[in-house]
Amino acid sequence: MVPLWAYLLVAAGLFCLGAYGVLSRRNAIAVLMGIELMLNAVNINLVAFWRYLSPLNMAGQAFTAFIFVIAAAEAAVGLAIIISVYRSRQSVIVEDVDIMKW
Amino acid sequence: MIELNVQTIAFLVFALFILGGGLGVVTTRNLIHATLYLILSLFGVAGFFVLLSAPFLAAVQVLVYIGAIAILIIFAVMLTRSMTQLRQVYNHQWTASAVVSGLLFALLVVGVILPVWGINGAQAVETVSEVVADTVDLGKALVDRNQYVLPFEVASLLLTAAMIGAIVIARDDE
Repeated sequence: MVPLWAYLLVAAGLFCLGAYGVLSRRNAIAVLMGIELMLNAVNINLVAFWRYLSPLNMAGQAFTAFIFVIAAAEAAVGLAIIISVYRSRQSVIVEDVDIMKW
Repeated sequence: MIELNVQTIAFLVFALFILGGGLGVVTTRNLIHATLYLILSLFGVAGFFVLLSAPFLAAVQVLVYIGAIAILIIFAVMLTRSMTQLRQVYNHQWTASAVVSGLLFALLVVGVILPVWGINGAQAVETVSEVVADTVDLGKALVDRNQYVLPFEVASLLLTAAMIGAIVIARDDE
């Protein structure tokens, strides 16, 4: 089988790509996509550790299932907020949404 | 070190999907194309789940991520039509973000590689168990009183609340 560190390396790369997208993109939808990438990197890590270290304890797979739920809820609410902001300000650029900036 | 068999080749192909798709997501200007790259990346993650003998999670990955979340993102992109192709993709702090992400990646690589090869160059030998819990065990664990039934119920409550919240937020005021 492919060793564990190979999975961890791919997950690390995916997480850093997602973090870069979150920190640097201007469009709020692209920021949400970066968050999805980061969540997926965490899922790879959870399932890989489950398979290699404790394949009989269901904690890894159960946590991954809960992250699926969180990701679905986050995407639904986040995109609803983005569409609502677009309706009121005609923009989804994160720098334009500064009404709470002090 | 690593023998080249079908599993290794599949791993490399899926890793290429994941990292190439991720790179496409963060660099593409057109958001529709970025979403298609996102789907490629999510598909690669589903392939990883199959390689890691978690077929149920792979199916859920395809159904929930590709089937629901990616479609939701495409809807949002099309509803915000004037924002799909911004002339300026990145904000002014993109160099700092790149440096921070690169440093984080370097740190993670060191943290992953160092225990494998060890301080004195001895590669750790890992034994992988052939006995793996299957989907039946996952289903039992999720509704077992002593394991995950409470988080399971809280998760369903969270989904209901998110659905109602999304409708309330996105609704017209009139």
